Amino acid sequence: MTTLRVKVWRGAENGRFQEFEVPRLESQTVLDVVTHIQRSLDPTLSYRFACRVGMCGSCAMTVNGRARWTCRTHVANVAADNSLEIAPLANLPVVKDLVADMTLFFDKWAKARGKFHPTKTRRDGFARVAPDSAERLLVDAAIECIGCSVCYSSCDVVAWNPDYLGPAALNRAWTLHNDVRDGARRERLAAVAGDAGCHACHTHMSCSERCPKQLAPTASIAGLKRATAAAALKGEL
Amino acid sequence: MNTRSQILLWAAQRASAVVLALCVLVHLVTVIYAVRSGLSAAEILGRTRGNLAWGGFYALFVAALAVHAPIGLRNALSEHLRWRGWTLEAAMLLLAGVLLVLGLRAVWAVFA
Ligand code: SF4
Ligand code: SF4
Ligand code: FES
Repeated sequence: MTTLRVKVWRGAENGRFQEFEVPRLESQTVLDVVTHIQRSLDPTLSYRFACRVGMCGSCAMTVNGRARWTCRTHVANVAADNSLEIAPLANLPVVKDLVADMTLFFDKWAKARGKFHPTKTRRDGFARVAPDSAERLLVDAAIECIGCSVCYSSCDVVAWNPDYLGPAALNRAWTLHNDVRDGARRERLAAVAGDAGCHACHTHMSCSERCPKQLAPTASIAGLKRATAAAALKGEL
Repeated sequence: MNTRSQILLWAAQRASAVVLALCVLVHLVTVIYAVRSGLSAAEILGRTRGNLAWGGFYALFVAALAVHAPIGLRNALSEHLRWRGWTLEAAMLLLAGVLLVLGLRAVWAVFA
């Protein structure tokens, strides 16, 4: 049976890689590899996952230098010479081993006003949003985010400018900006504009290249740039 | 600097980029034409002196550059040197002034 040589990050920020040998199995995912290490080789290994089917967004790690969702990353696609290097996500503090601290990532969603602001109460009727309306189509293109932070960890601007809200929070803001039921659009535009917001994006597109849900945060950010510039020129911001 | 100014800086950089792209194109075509037809310095000056169209064109080129370069450099400096705040804004304003003066002086030299 072939074995995989797996280097796994251990410790916090100034930790080191530890090597393990893991049996290579058919249809094995990177998450299977990490789970095998924890269940059979070293129970002190810390990592995070929940759904195992690409829905929850909790299993992202840096695999051979790239941020990926590990539950749906097949070893066959990433370990050409049967070797893997697995580290915690970049651009976030390390809690321990493969667990990154997501606090800042989600704080930035809040800062970007990533929360829906209703304009109606439960006593009002259902809002009618035509599935083929222009706004709804824009929302559809960006709504399937699972909050995995793969994009955030792949963005150079986040590394250079720690205040930058990042692709996921801005993508979220864009979906709400196009939600015709939302009542805080102007405040949200003010929150996502400027040097720490959408205008800091260099359109590198690493986020869109690596998003496991094949979303295009770059396009959402471009939409925000246009919307905020229009609002600023009209004197609304 | 407030958010509105940051947005306007971004818009100014995009707008000046469009102007610069056109100016560079016209400038390159002019240079190639001048070289190909073997124009001497005196012949070139003969065409540019007192020519409002050429003077205006190159003044616009200089103005677009003086807007575009400091905004881009401001981003690069704050990202890579973590330089932020009023000292950065002041330095970039100074750079814009220097670019404008040097550029317009050069335009004046071939116009007047
Ligand atoms: S497109 Fe913008 S947000 Fe996405 S990785 Fe590049 S700089 Fe970051
Ligand atoms: S936009 Fe994509 S990469 Fe970024 S958090 Fe959402 S699902 Fe993950
Ligand atoms: S474990 Fe839920 S997305 Fe991977």
